[in-house]
Amino acid sequence: MKCCLVKWIIASTAPQGPDDISESELEMATVRHQPEGLDQLQTQTKFTRKELQSLYRGFKNECPSGLVDEETFKMIYSQFFPQGDATTYAHFLFNAFDTDRSGSIRFEDFVIGLSVLLRGSVNEKLRWAFNLYDINKDGYITKEEMLAIMTSIYDMMGRYTTPSVKDDAPFEHVEKFFQKMDKNRDGVVTFDEFIETCQKDDNIMSSMQLFENVI
Amino acid sequence: MAAGVATWLPFARAAAVGWLPLAKKTMPRPPVDKKSRSDEILFVNVSGQRFQTWKNTLDRYPDTLLGSSEKEFFYNEDTQEYFFDRDPEMFRHILNFYRTGKLHYPRHECIQAFDEELAFYGIIPEIIGDCCMEEYRDRKKENQERLAEDNEAGEGGDAPLPPNSTSREKLWRAFENPHTSTMALVFYYVTGFFIAVSVIANVVETVPCRPIIGTVKDLPCGMKYSLAFFCMDTACVLIFTFEYLMRLFAAPSRCMFARSVMSVIDVVAIMPYYIGLVMPENEDVSGAFVTLRVFRVFRIFKFSRHSAGLRILGYTLKSCASELGFLLFSLTMAIIIFATVMFYAEKGTKGTTFTSIPASFWYTIVTMTTLGYGDMVPNTIAGKIFGSICSLSGVLVIALPVPVIVSNFSRIYHQNQRADKMRAQQKVRLARIRLAKKGCTNAFLQYKDDGGLQDHDSGSTALCVKNRSAFEHQHNHLLHCLEKTTNHEFTDELTYSEVCMTESLGYRTSRSTSLSSHHGSSTTCCPRRAKRRPIRLANSTVSVSRGSMQELDTLHVQKTTVVPQSRSSLNARTEDLKLNCDDRDFTAAIISIPTPPANTPDESLPTSPAFPGILRNSRSTTFNPDTVKISSL
Repeated sequence: MKCCLVKWIIASTAPQGPDDISESELEMATVRHQPEGLDQLQTQTKFTRKELQSLYRGFKNECPSGLVDEETFKMIYSQFFPQGDATTYAHFLFNAFDTDRSGSIRFEDFVIGLSVLLRGSVNEKLRWAFNLYDINKDGYITKEEMLAIMTSIYDMMGRYTTPSVKDDAPFEHVEKFFQKMDKNRDGVVTFDEFIETCQKDDNIMSSMQLFENVI
Repeated sequence: MAAGVATWLPFARAAAVGWLPLAKKTMPRPPVDKKSRSDEILFVNVSGQRFQTWKNTLDRYPDTLLGSSEKEFFYNEDTQEYFFDRDPEMFRHILNFYRTGKLHYPRHECIQAFDEELAFYGIIPEIIGDCCMEEYRDRKKENQERLAEDNEAGEGGDAPLPPNSTSREKLWRAFENPHTSTMALVFYYVTGFFIAVSVIANVVETVPCRPIIGTVKDLPCGMKYSLAFFCMDTACVLIFTFEYLMRLFAAPSRCMFARSVMSVIDVVAIMPYYIGLVMPENEDVSGAFVTLRVFRVFRIFKFSRHSAGLRILGYTLKSCASELGFLLFSLTMAIIIFATVMFYAEKGTKGTTFTSIPASFWYTIVTMTTLGYGDMVPNTIAGKIFGSICSLSGVLVIALPVPVIVSNFSRIYHQNQRADKMRAQQKVRLARIRLAKKGCTNAFLQYKDDGGLQDHDSGSTALCVKNRSAFEHQHNHLLHCLEKTTNHEFTDELTYSEVCMTESLGYRTSRSTSLSSHHGSSTTCCPRRAKRRPIRLANSTVSVSRGSMQELDTLHVQKTTVVPQSRSSLNARTEDLKLNCDDRDFTAAIISIPTPPANTPDESLPTSPAFPGILRNSRSTTFNPDTVKISSL
């Protein structure tokens, strides 16, 4: 026992070996990500060169490391909706952008997503929306998924609304949605049902053009 | 909102596409953006140093100067850039704020300069980043404290009272700032002396003197010379009582004064005497009476009015109350623990001095403070071990809060020293300002002499006039306009005093350099306070000598020591006073105010409110044929 104690004392007071150093160095080193080349992004998205430059400058300014993790994303998105709680919806949004499920949004994800939203065709936009609602990405929107999305949207409104949000408002909204979208009444909405219903709805189609001039 | 928010807004808006299929109502139309979307680089020239930045960067904060259209005022068309005539070093930090969203405070810069720059660019200091906020706040507080001290020093002690101050206010001022008047100074020293006398008497009366003839025992001096001591005590208490009552009368807020520490000390110092007077010579009560006499020693605290160091010490103790409390608390804990341990350790010993735990307290305290009287000593081994632990820990516990108290004391002491330094520097500064003012007036008079006010078109203007700067010309023209407006002319002190010497001066007036001197006019150059008493006859001034009022600072008695301490230091002219005043005629303080030159002598001039008081002085109304000279101009 005495030699164990001595060994322990020596080990704790001795300088750290090379393994220890590299571990701590890794922890300290910031993760840095470089995006793909400008030309490549130009082919992948529908943005012009200048727009991509401007977007990257803004992105790089905010996230010098080149990656946005979920916490930062939630924080940023919550700033736009100070009255309510936007974290749940931000979570869903994050997953919608983070297509490869890496846990962080890179500039490519960011810009590709934006390209679809702003410069994509109506079908592409609708597909993006469907992807957002389909939380587990299995191709079907169930009532539970829709309810989760709806609740998170109503959460963003906060408490102080007129008329005030009733507790079952999300549920009712989901019911209405399913009534409209679920043609074969099987309890899930598939992408085709979704597209078909949306294309027939004039309101939705006309509003798809709204956000084109955002950038 | 932070900078990041502006950058992410387009993204958040784009993500709103996700709501479209769910929307219950139609979406509103987006705002029309008339501005060109393309980003451009702006050039900003700050005192020669050129900065370039994207327009978007500056647009992040639309409520600042650079982010709004306000910067268009600074746009220089010729060079196609925004030009600011400000410090380029500071601008670097400002621009970094736009770029990174965090404002940093450069430690080597003056806090006021930084604040001014922020104010200019429309940035509120609250957004300074956390890394620099503490430093910024500390520096700002320090600066404000220093400025507040300066103001206090300027306004507080040395400035003269406003003219319409009652005698009560003057008295209070005399008490609070004894160096402002000689009487107050004298009183201050007298009370100090009597405090010392009283304390020494209290001490000496307990010393054993030689016994009275016929007895053997040594008597304390207080008993032997009881009458002498009683008389001295009475005298001291009378003085203290008188002082206390005067302070009470003069205090602006009597309740607050009665509750202040110094007044409590005063009361406690004089109460025992009166109680002793009232109480009968009863054996039973005299025990309590003796206790009361102890309170007489509190007279020594009255010295704190006289000593700034004592006050600082008291203030330090007050501000370190929490540290002292902690010290006390930890000591108490340690005492209880060790006393208990020692008591039980020594319990078995025969004839031990540790008779109970409270009895052990004494041992513990003496040991922890490393005094070690030796009247209580442990005998058992366990007792000795614990005793040594006790003394070691005592040193530690006491040594911990002491540096905090010391540093507090040092800080307050230095602050106080700085205040004194400020006061001294203030006097020098005022003197310099006075000199500068005089210089300015003299420059104008010189200008007039050189014929500067003449028509400049004539080619005969002197060279010295021509060489004056444009600023001087314009300034002198302005003064000339003022002269023409009031139909009076500027003159200097000497000329004025010469003119006035020919007349006897009764009512002292204060003058500013903008005096009226009418050459050859039928008015007097010494404007009277004619409101109450238009005694002046036409073409003459009748002044009354007896009521010769001097411009004095409050309660100054000697005429030769009149120091122009007032703000408008252009009052109080010592030459005049020497010429004209009588030794006998000192009246209470007149604070004179600068009177503007009067167009005609019959105009009522602003009078000092002390004037009515002066008029009541019966001597001032007599026309003493000896001293009145009637002069006609």
